[in-house]
Amino acid sequence: MKFFLSVLLTMLGGIAVSLWALSPWWGFVPLAALLAAVVHQTPAKAFAAGFLGMLLAWGGLSWWIDWQNGSLLSKQVAVLFPLQGSSAALILLTGILGALLGGVAALAGCYLRISKSKME
Amino acid sequence: MRIVPFLCSTAITIALVAVLDRPLGKVPPVGSFFSPQYGFWQNAEPIEQDFGGSLNMKGVQGPVEVYFDDRLVPHVFAENEQDLYFVQGYLHARFRLFQIDLQTRAAAGRASELAGSKAINFDKEQRRLGMVYAAENALKEIEADSQFRTFFDAYTAGVNSYIDQLTEAALPIEYKLLQCKPEKWSNLKTALLLKMMSKMLSSGTENDLANTNAKSIFMPDQLQQLYPQVPDSLLPIVPIGTEFPKPAVIPVKPTNADSLYFNNKATVVAQSLDRPDPGNGSNNWVVAGSKTQSGFPILANDPHLELSLPSIWFEIQLKTPTHNAYGVSLPGSPFVVIGFNDSIAWGVTNSQRDVKDYYEIKFKDQTRTAYWFNGEWVPTKMRIEEIKIKDSLSVFDTVAYTVFGPVQFDSRFSNAASADRNLAVRWAAHDPSNEGLTFYKLNKARNYTDYEEAISTFTCPGQNFIFASRTGDIAIWQQGRFPARWEGQGLYVMPGEDSSYLWQGYIPQQENPHAINPERGYLQSANQRAADGTYPYFIPGSYITARGVRIDKKLATMSAITPKDMMELHADYFNVSAEDVRPILLATIQETQLEAKERAYLEILRNWDLKASPDSKGQTVFQCFWDTVQASIWRDEISRTNPMAPWPTEQTTVEWLLKDTVYQFADDINTPQKETLSMIVTASFKKAALVLEAKEAEDKLAWSRFMNPSVYHLLKDALPAFARKGLAVGGYGNIVNAIKHSHGPSWRMIVHMVDGIEAYGVFPGGQSGNPGSRFYDNNISVWEKGEYNRCWYMRDNDRTNEKVKWILRFNKS
Repeated sequence: MKFFLSVLLTMLGGIAVSLWALSPWWGFVPLAALLAAVVHQTPAKAFAAGFLGMLLAWGGLSWWIDWQNGSLLSKQVAVLFPLQGSSAALILLTGILGALLGGVAALAGCYLRISKSKME
Repeated sequence: MRIVPFLCSTAITIALVAVLDRPLGKVPPVGSFFSPQYGFWQNAEPIEQDFGGSLNMKGVQGPVEVYFDDRLVPHVFAENEQDLYFVQGYLHARFRLFQIDLQTRAAAGRASELAGSKAINFDKEQRRLGMVYAAENALKEIEADSQFRTFFDAYTAGVNSYIDQLTEAALPIEYKLLQCKPEKWSNLKTALLLKMMSKMLSSGTENDLANTNAKSIFMPDQLQQLYPQVPDSLLPIVPIGTEFPKPAVIPVKPTNADSLYFNNKATVVAQSLDRPDPGNGSNNWVVAGSKTQSGFPILANDPHLELSLPSIWFEIQLKTPTHNAYGVSLPGSPFVVIGFNDSIAWGVTNSQRDVKDYYEIKFKDQTRTAYWFNGEWVPTKMRIEEIKIKDSLSVFDTVAYTVFGPVQFDSRFSNAASADRNLAVRWAAHDPSNEGLTFYKLNKARNYTDYEEAISTFTCPGQNFIFASRTGDIAIWQQGRFPARWEGQGLYVMPGEDSSYLWQGYIPQQENPHAINPERGYLQSANQRAADGTYPYFIPGSYITARGVRIDKKLATMSAITPKDMMELHADYFNVSAEDVRPILLATIQETQLEAKERAYLEILRNWDLKASPDSKGQTVFQCFWDTVQASIWRDEISRTNPMAPWPTEQTTVEWLLKDTVYQFADDINTPQKETLSMIVTASFKKAALVLEAKEAEDKLAWSRFMNPSVYHLLKDALPAFARKGLAVGGYGNIVNAIKHSHGPSWRMIVHMVDGIEAYGVFPGGQSGNPGSRFYDNNISVWEKGEYNRCWYMRDNDRTNEKVKWILRFNKS
């Protein structure tokens, strides 16, 4: 339950940050870490939740944009970045980039909580 | 202890962000580029994008409405002209920002700022050609006219009002890929854009450097044979038989011209790096009411330029309470350039005239601070050029300016091994002028008199302005400010040590070749020489004859013409040169010497319908064969100097073959035996057959497969994904439908001067420069099929018409 909650929160947070004009492109990174520190889980689960949450956030956002665009642009960008013109591959790649960052950020957040509790 | 894993994972996170935030060679920063918030995804425009809205702007005085139709053509309704051009500037920036920024930076010799060090020599050449100097001179003239200046000011303010509100996410995708930012617009940039057109159309129409080398190896009579001034088959712009008045200006040949100029056998090694395509031509024609079904004139135009995405043209309607113009504009400049209003229509083709000469300069010493002129040392003006380079230190170049113009080639700049000669360039585009004023006036012209007045000040590049009016007048003027040359002046590099070789004057504007309402009921221009040999001035240029012959002959026989007939003529694939040459080639070739495969190709050629249609194999066989024949005849002769002398034109070779089949040049001078034309033709066919066989193996024998017609993105091979390749069209440079690999009809327009104006147009691209927009390339398939869009010429009472898809309103803030 806690795992799904943290995936959901990371995803929603990732989307919310992306819609906020003042946020830098990596704005979701500190947010994912914070969420992992608050919703405390084992390091493996924290990483997985951060990863999945951001995979859904960036993957979902780019999928939504791509769907509205009828894949006009993604087909071309997926040739510039050699993905054989596959829009799906480009969406997946976008998702994985966000996911990797979300995962390591969550891991850091998770360890922050553990190291704090140990010291206490 | 969990502090270690915490520190490790934090370090990894920060490192990852840092790596993804950084460009990797040519790859843009991956993090922001893939970010759905900032990166390329933001350029993926929704199919259902709403282009309407309401904007409050400081630069506008009154309300302006922009009505977009379903092709995203903006119909701008403004209360005054300043607002009109402000909004045109805004729209150009909104849809073509990267294009106008790139083109004007390149025009100014600043391409290295975007492309890096590989563009340094291009930039140096632009500066040394005096592109910025030319734009500054033009701008002085433009800004001296206080009323006209306000239009340029408004246009600039409009572009900048778009740039000012631009967010990082909304940057055109090219900026994200190149990792750079758009630059603020200025009136100078508009002037630069027009100089870019001058270069495109009047800088590649001379051949002075290569001609000088030709002069070093050929005798005067040979030069006349190889590079004749008036082709036999010419059907000029001004109908044959027109009488020309006595010339008002009679230039005088310098007394020492024979010894110092014509008989000077010195060669030049310098050559231009970025020579505009001499095939930057065009067709236009007009038929009078006497030849049309409706009784009203029909005007047609198709400018042939490099085909690019985004297109060089942007379709627009510009309306105020006092005028209503429709047509295509050049992004980067206000006004409609080719189009119509409710009284007249106009179009342009290039004059192909030579308005650029080179003079040899004698510097006092290596410092280049003084040069010998009229018997004394005259100081040069030095212009220091800083070329900024992306990711690198600036490079500096100092250009010496003389009375002739900038010294383009000297010891510090040449692309060849060395530049032992200092060559200054005298180019008509350097002279103060205001070409925009002509288009402004044409947009508002009501009749022939207005048109004639509008074009009379147009200086450079010389254009053939074709005209039709609602009241039934048709006309054409070859307009420009052309030097009045003595016979032979400016064909070769001229002595630059005194004033005797300077341009002595200009052909009076009224004496420019023109024709009004000819009895035959039609006029045409297709980059041929404007007038036959009876025209009293010496007018060298890079003329193309074949298309004009075809168009003239077609128009002569047509009657009860409709716009559809004009569309068919635009699409005409008939190869006039082949019609002349094929019988000679077939009669000369020694068939007994051909292998079975070669004979099969010969059969294709024999049975060919002479049309360069997309699926034609005959056109492919002919072109390969004919190109090889021409190369075999000329290459040995013209490559006796390095760089080579110019290739004789196709027309010259055709006429030479028609006249005399045992010509002195057929023999290959590099072999001991004496070649006959028949031997050359046979050997050429065998050579061409090898190419054809290789192409056939790749299934590329059909003409469009062979030629691969393509429209490239402005950044060419750097962004192949943004190009549209392999279009199913035929044609060639010498054919009316003048499509070459990535060059051809950049805008096809037909205007029928009936009440309400019936107009059609298409360019191979779309209104938007964004590859992520459905309006990026939506017209390519229309163009490819030879079809047209009906231009919707909106009137006041059309504001609520259902054809209006979006409304963008501008109000004073």
